[in-house]
Amino acid sequence: MKQKAISAATRPRLGKWLVSGPPLAYLLLFFAIPSLIMVLASFRTPGEFGGLAPLFEEGRLDLNLDSYARFFSESIYAQIFAKSVWYALSTTLFCLALAYPLAALIAKSERRYRDLLLLLVILPFWSNFLIRVYAWMIILGPNAALARTVNGMLAWFGHEPVPLLFSSFAVLVCLVYVHLPFMVLPLYANLEKHDQALLDAAQDLGANAWQRFWRITFPLSLPGVYAGAALVFIPALGIFAIPDILGGPEDSLIGNVIKQQFLETRDWPFGSVLSIVLTVAALFLAGLAAWVARGNLGTPSSVKVARA
Amino acid sequence: MALLEIQNVTRRFGDFIAVDNVSIGIEAGEFFTLLGPSGCGKTTLLRMIAGFDLPDGGRVLLNGEDLAGRPPERRPMRMVFQSYALFPHMTVEGNVAFPLQMAKTPAAEIGAKIAAALEDVRLQGFGKRYPHELSGGQKQRVALGRALVTHPAVLLLDEPLAALDAKLREEMQIELINLQKEVGITFVYVTHDQTEALALSHRIAVMNKGRVEQLDAPSKIYGFPRTRFVADFIGQCNLFSGPVAASGNGLVTVDVPALGPVRVAADSRLAPGRPATIALRPEKIRIEATAPVDTPDNHYRGTVADLLYMGDVTMYRVATPGGMRVEALLANSQSGRAKFFEAGDAVEMSWSVDAGHFIEE
Repeated sequence: MKQKAISAATRPRLGKWLVSGPPLAYLLLFFAIPSLIMVLASFRTPGEFGGLAPLFEEGRLDLNLDSYARFFSESIYAQIFAKSVWYALSTTLFCLALAYPLAALIAKSERRYRDLLLLLVILPFWSNFLIRVYAWMIILGPNAALARTVNGMLAWFGHEPVPLLFSSFAVLVCLVYVHLPFMVLPLYANLEKHDQALLDAAQDLGANAWQRFWRITFPLSLPGVYAGAALVFIPALGIFAIPDILGGPEDSLIGNVIKQQFLETRDWPFGSVLSIVLTVAALFLAGLAAWVARGNLGTPSSVKVARA
Repeated sequence: MALLEIQNVTRRFGDFIAVDNVSIGIEAGEFFTLLGPSGCGKTTLLRMIAGFDLPDGGRVLLNGEDLAGRPPERRPMRMVFQSYALFPHMTVEGNVAFPLQMAKTPAAEIGAKIAAALEDVRLQGFGKRYPHELSGGQKQRVALGRALVTHPAVLLLDEPLAALDAKLREEMQIELINLQKEVGITFVYVTHDQTEALALSHRIAVMNKGRVEQLDAPSKIYGFPRTRFVADFIGQCNLFSGPVAASGNGLVTVDVPALGPVRVAADSRLAPGRPATIALRPEKIRIEATAPVDTPDNHYRGTVADLLYMGDVTMYRVATPGGMRVEALLANSQSGRAKFFEAGDAVEMSWSVDAGHFIEE
């Protein structure tokens, strides 16, 4: 009897390992080990002609904190970091403002139209990311209708023409465009599950449309908001292709600097330090979002009784 | 003038008439029930009273004022939903405070009002809990407390006990009766459960296909169903149809095929030959193993075709020689034995002239 119970418990465990083994091995080989190599590289000395200096110099191990010291002593990197956080934050907020009404509209629409609307949201993924970014070069280009209209109106008011392309504006517009579906989908998944009876009850208890949204719909959608924010903020923080293609010289973000360190300056240790700082920052923010989403913040404030 | 007046209210969904020219007056302090099978229009009618739906014709008046232009949030009525509809992200206190906050109650008064409401529904000490930490009965009480905290003129209840198990439902029924007495607020209650309706209400409107079939006190609804539908829907009922054979001296005799002549006390004279239907509750029928010693008004022979033992009572289906099935209910407490008869036993049925009554066809 007892033996039977044990074998019944072990068999699914073995099956579990067989199923999860290949992806685990994949992650170990192509994610964990490279990450460890990067951590190790961050403590090494850059080679004379790029790459890394030998690990053993004259019989002793050459590991140091020089690259970390450099990151914390030269303020330009902190500034670029702050700018990257600012861009990522702005992208997240714009995405939220645009995605919320859209997700709510899809969630409220008739069931037979929902799949179509969702398909439209994910349709951009069918074309390559870089092609979509290059498309914005054409849309925002100086000879395109958009730039002409804007500058024509500016000229009418007596302003100098402004370039739309190769600007912070272009970078932000494209960041929002690229990340919008990542905000829409988790928001939709959340809003779609909302119970109409709760809104009926709120209305019956005296809440107008505005109060129903802020007291019921929005607080209940917070898990979706946090999930969407994490999915937008973290990739936006490390992005380099969009500032490279659409930004001006002032729009270099942390992702561009990292790419530069590895491919142009060939200072691998410093590039590793920047990557590690970025990863730690992203992990910290993702952890914070998950913690908040689990209801440790946010919900109690909307529950406090004496407040109103 | 009644507190809540429903005047000629009609609601159509395409070709389907959900509520068909219904007029009801509900008095202040009354426990009023809309009873009927699903699809009879009772919930649609309730939602029109609450303001979630608007009538295609007719009016809803509260204290003589037409509510047509008022959305639900501006009607002095509260609804208790079948699913409770508690706000999951708020505590019990937060839920009960919600209508007070919407009504802009001064913050200083909110605490005391919440405490009073939670006391009314016997939930003291549960204020800090979240809905998912409560049982079904407790959730229902929070919903009641939340609806009553602002002292609405009318409380609308949409099958509030349907999700509870039988034992708890009975308990909550008694609590509802006491609560309604205590707060003195008019309750409009929707249910498809006839025993619940009979137990709770001062008056019941039995609805069928969008119309009110009968509006009466529970004892009248049960004892004197006016139509075939009401007789059938509320409890068990024998319906005997046939032409009138004789009429006079407060007595009408109907020739029921497969049974025989049935005599019923009736004030009105019915023309002989006219078709008539008699409703007779199974518990009004006496069945015995031997012929009754007195001379009853109605007396027939039969055999027990089948029976349903239900613990406290047994329902016998007695077949007459003509082939009719008559349902008779006997309390099992009347004998030391668990039940009186077995299937196949020959029995004598009898009932008095005032046991049955005529229904409209």
